[in-house]
Amino acid sequence: MRVLVAMSGGVDSSVAAALLVEQGHEVMGATLKLWGGTSDSGCCSVADVEDARRVAQQLDIPHHVFDMTEAFTRSVVDPYVEAHAAARTPNPCIECNRHIKFDRLLERSRRLGFDALATGHHAQVVAARGVRQLRRGADPEKDQSYVLSMLGQRQLRRIVLPIGTMTKDAVRAHAARLGLRTARKPDSQDVCFIRRAEGRQGFLASRLAMHAGSVVEAGTGDVVGRVDALELLTVGQRRGLGHDADGNRRYVIGVDVAKRMVTVGSLREALVDHVALVPTSVTWVDRPLASGAAAIAQTSAHGRPVPCTIELDGTTPLLRFPSRQRPVAPGQTVALYDSADPDVVVGAGIAA
Amino acid sequence: MSLSHWPGTLRSAERRDEVAYFDHAATSPLRPEVAEAMAPFAGERFGNPSGVHRRAREARRALEDAREQVGELLGCHPAEVVFTSGGTESDNLAVLGSLAARTGTDGPMAIVCSAVEHAAVLRTCEAAASAVARWMGIGAVELRIAPVKANGAVDLGALEQLLGPEVGLVSIMLANNEVGTIQPLGEIAALVRRLAPSAALHTDAVQAATFLDLAAAASDADLVSISAHKLGGPQGVGVLVVREGTPLRPIHHGGGQERERRAGTHNVAGAVGIASALAVAARVRSQEVPRVRALRDRLADGLLAAVPKCVASVPRDEALPGHCHLRFEGVEQEELLVLLDEAGICAAGGAACASGAIEPSHVLLAMGVSPDDARSSVRFSLGYTTTDQDVDRALEVVPAAVARLRDEG
Repeated sequence: MRVLVAMSGGVDSSVAAALLVEQGHEVMGATLKLWGGTSDSGCCSVADVEDARRVAQQLDIPHHVFDMTEAFTRSVVDPYVEAHAAARTPNPCIECNRHIKFDRLLERSRRLGFDALATGHHAQVVAARGVRQLRRGADPEKDQSYVLSMLGQRQLRRIVLPIGTMTKDAVRAHAARLGLRTARKPDSQDVCFIRRAEGRQGFLASRLAMHAGSVVEAGTGDVVGRVDALELLTVGQRRGLGHDADGNRRYVIGVDVAKRMVTVGSLREALVDHVALVPTSVTWVDRPLASGAAAIAQTSAHGRPVPCTIELDGTTPLLRFPSRQRPVAPGQTVALYDSADPDVVVGAGIAA
Repeated sequence: MSLSHWPGTLRSAERRDEVAYFDHAATSPLRPEVAEAMAPFAGERFGNPSGVHRRAREARRALEDAREQVGELLGCHPAEVVFTSGGTESDNLAVLGSLAARTGTDGPMAIVCSAVEHAAVLRTCEAAASAVARWMGIGAVELRIAPVKANGAVDLGALEQLLGPEVGLVSIMLANNEVGTIQPLGEIAALVRRLAPSAALHTDAVQAATFLDLAAAASDADLVSISAHKLGGPQGVGVLVVREGTPLRPIHHGGGQERERRAGTHNVAGAVGIASALAVAARVRSQEVPRVRALRDRLADGLLAAVPKCVASVPRDEALPGHCHLRFEGVEQEELLVLLDEAGICAAGGAACASGAIEPSHVLLAMGVSPDDARSSVRFSLGYTTTDQDVDRALEVVPAAVARLRDEG
């Protein structure tokens, strides 16, 4: 098989490439240049490209750098900024996977005559009953099925995830055995296009207007304080909001930039029994679940999976929880797993 | 086009012996006779020319022989030859060194360069015009960029508007590295002398040196940069010609080598190598220019005929004989270069950035080409190793690769 491997310069994609070479495939490495600005980790720094190139040299495979900065800015960074401007909480990694890696790069791999695109994600693509299942990675700590949950058959049929059956320790051990220079490289953290020194606030401050607003208590409607930047708040957040009269911590329940206010309340007031999804955002790995079907929802990359029921009858798809849950911030992706086989992704949607 | 027709395979890509090399503008392989000339200085004749003993004297003699040879071939006095580490250093020394030497003489100063200069000139001029230059004692500098016409040649009318007595340096390349356009240096020099009489004129002749006789073509410039490895010489050595009377201060500091114009222990083997490469280039030029031009024309004509929606970036008769720069509409250069590489064809897109990605070509953008079209362009650059078989192979592979990317795209 001819396989194009997306090599970020990290240990996971290094080992993914190595395994494919060891399995006898024809392998080419590609590193994406995604961000023209400065960054210190993730997909974008020169040091990471050098690591990827060096690993490709050690594996004796060709390696190319593809410049996708324009598409990345348009499909990932700009929407990230716009979402924050509307006080939503986006998942840029998911948008990058959706629009860049598993769209543009996948299409490129097809044009260049590759049978498959491989990445170093901790998840598994398994052929079962004539379809490709997407399953959680073998290492529960590192499972990345959440950030791939919006993929469908069209992509999964051409995707190989070589390290999905391995634990992170096994990945590192394999890299060390091969003498790959990335064997002990720390995992990348955070959003790859934001430098640690500037932080999310610094990054956004130079790209959108921040608005101060009133802090309004949900129960009483009283204004109990001010915040400097509504755009930096996330529904469910409790940091920086103090306590109510009874000494309970306050949680963000809703942010309304137009009205310049954030609604807060106690944890009890913040809990929800459902989450609505943006109708156009709902995707299915194979076939849609029926309305009323049970599923398991995961609302962040390493969030706790919770049972839910899917309601598709109304204009807005809903996930209903049998017991009340922390609220899901608008803009967050909800990955849905099979209630009968909780390692299998069935679909995804974005919280409205 | 089915996969079975595709001659490239990945497995062979890294090991293929037969490669059709069309990237002479990036670097040319070392000529065997140059390697032979250099060999003793990488071996038993190892001395440091700055010493006082016989080993040093032997090295010094080789260095000065090389300097005389270079001077003769470039049409200048040996004392005007400064050995450097390559084209980029020569350009930096020319720009920053002449500005440092002129600063403080007559108030604010302007520098002029063309929009299609190599990064070694463009970035250096930008640095000179920024606060970075202050530590070197370079005062306030205003950078003026001379626009080019659609063929890549400097717009002389626009250049005229940028010149004046306040201009301290004009830097315009002799021939462009990407598209190959030869600049009208004589006319440029006449404008500079008339309108900016106190300016030094620098030309980056790195690309031109193989095909043009610099003793004539660069005779109007006060400062001339060349690099050995574009000529079949070694990487890591270059020359800056500094004509007598051209003010220049060193840009890095150390020993007093090169008459205090360029500190650092001499690269004797490199100096011998660049002299030898220039000598070989001069000796074979009258045969090589028509030979390479004929190959280039056959390649260009063949591709223009075989590939639909393929256009030449510049008129061929205005470019160096080894340059074939083509635009393949609707094809991403990154993809085409991968397919060509797999099939053993070495060609190039624009310049690479720090990460190795191909940058959008500032040269094509300056010529008025749209960003999308700039990303559809590929440079084939021919040189002394290029054969009829190489051209045959390109004519077989390139149309198939383009068709494949378009069919499946």
